[in-house]
Amino acid sequence: MPKVTYIEHDGTVHTVEAELGSTVMETALRNDVPSIVAECGGGCTCATCHVYVDEAWLEKTGAPSEQEETELDAAFDVRPNSRLSCQIKVTEDLDGLVVRTPSYQGR
Amino acid sequence: MSDTIKTDVLIIGAGPVGLFAVFELGLLDIKTHLVDILDKVGGQCAELYPEKPIYDIPGIPLITGHGLSEALMEQIKPFHPVIHLGEMVTTIKNVGDPLYQVTTDAGKTFECKSVVIAAGGGSFQPKRPPINGIEAYEAKSVHYAVRKMENFRGKDVVIVGGGDSALDWTLNLQPIVKRLTLVHRRDDFRGAPDSVNKMRALVAAGHMDLKIGQVSDLEGADGQLAAVSIKDKDGAVSRVACDAMLPFFGLTMKLGPVSEWGLEMEDDLIKVDVSTFETNRHGIFAIGDINTYKGKLKLILSGFHEGALMAQRVHHYVHPEKRLVFQYTTSSTSLQKKLGVV
Repeated sequence: MPKVTYIEHDGTVHTVEAELGSTVMETALRNDVPSIVAECGGGCTCATCHVYVDEAWLEKTGAPSEQEETELDAAFDVRPNSRLSCQIKVTEDLDGLVVRTPSYQGR
Repeated sequence: MSDTIKTDVLIIGAGPVGLFAVFELGLLDIKTHLVDILDKVGGQCAELYPEKPIYDIPGIPLITGHGLSEALMEQIKPFHPVIHLGEMVTTIKNVGDPLYQVTTDAGKTFECKSVVIAAGGGSFQPKRPPINGIEAYEAKSVHYAVRKMENFRGKDVVIVGGGDSALDWTLNLQPIVKRLTLVHRRDDFRGAPDSVNKMRALVAAGHMDLKIGQVSDLEGADGQLAAVSIKDKDGAVSRVACDAMLPFFGLTMKLGPVSEWGLEMEDDLIKVDVSTFETNRHGIFAIGDINTYKGKLKLILSGFHEGALMAQRVHHYVHPEKRLVFQYTTSSTSLQKKLGVV
């Protein structure tokens, strides 16, 4: 199974196994990564699963869709590598993916 | 208190579970009022996923959040619930056995025999930008809603956001403020195209400013804002002097006043008796996502079940003199009369 690494603002690292076809958000919830909130449960309507994709992975994760870009308007400290993790599907290609979570986001 | 609204049951939250509770209570001749903090019914279905499909409502293979809210409104029509939107319940006071006096932040007072809390994830409240020290300015010069436009007359105002709230208030306030600056992280707006065009025309005519960037810092003293710093996408910072800032970043769920009502809680959820869904306070019930018990599942269908059982217990409080006879809507003429189908 592919592995995904979440690095929290305080440096806490969670490296977990992700099911193919699940999302980076779902994987975080299943593994108790506290800085992914996902209030809307994956509907791309709340912007509380905001992550910064590690530069090395940007090409593989691709760019946000128009709907996701719009929803990012409801997030804070948005950067060029900002994504909503409910919109990133885990594939074999993403084995090793690294994302960071913003300091303000948490449960 | 002459303007107290008297009803059998007050339901807090007009999401799917609160709405269906009207039905179950209505079948037992129990009258209801509902209060919800949103400006529309449907709760999370309306606010978070109006267009998203729901696949697990029994007997309905697929329905959207909006569709489910509409269908429930149709289903409860025969019971004429009174719905109070845009208000938050703040206090619940015991004034009898059981009789409750409930107040809202809009100044309404209700008197009811039972209270049903169907508040889901709590109350939807505006998102607070994570800017250092912002709390000190809130309610003084940082506002998440406009209560009185006059308060902004002649002032330098910064509005932040790219959706309809930000655009609507930009267009409404621009004529009366001294100078309006709209700040948005990108030069693309998700608000209604007509509002976007009007805003762009004002900017082109020099009647207001548009800054592309994100607010990074606040300056001021004693809660009075003096300026905001705006960081553009290349990291360059500019400063805009202002008297007030209005951030519009949508809503987020906060528990809100529920924790102050003397209810036994666990992890911000209300503990209930699973045979009645009553809390530790007699006559106060909790159904749907806001409650917890062994085996709890946060599903809409669980909330519907909880509402049906709750209604049986509420009947004892509202009609203590009447014996409750269990009936089916399919065969009971009395229930069908209440539904207006015979």
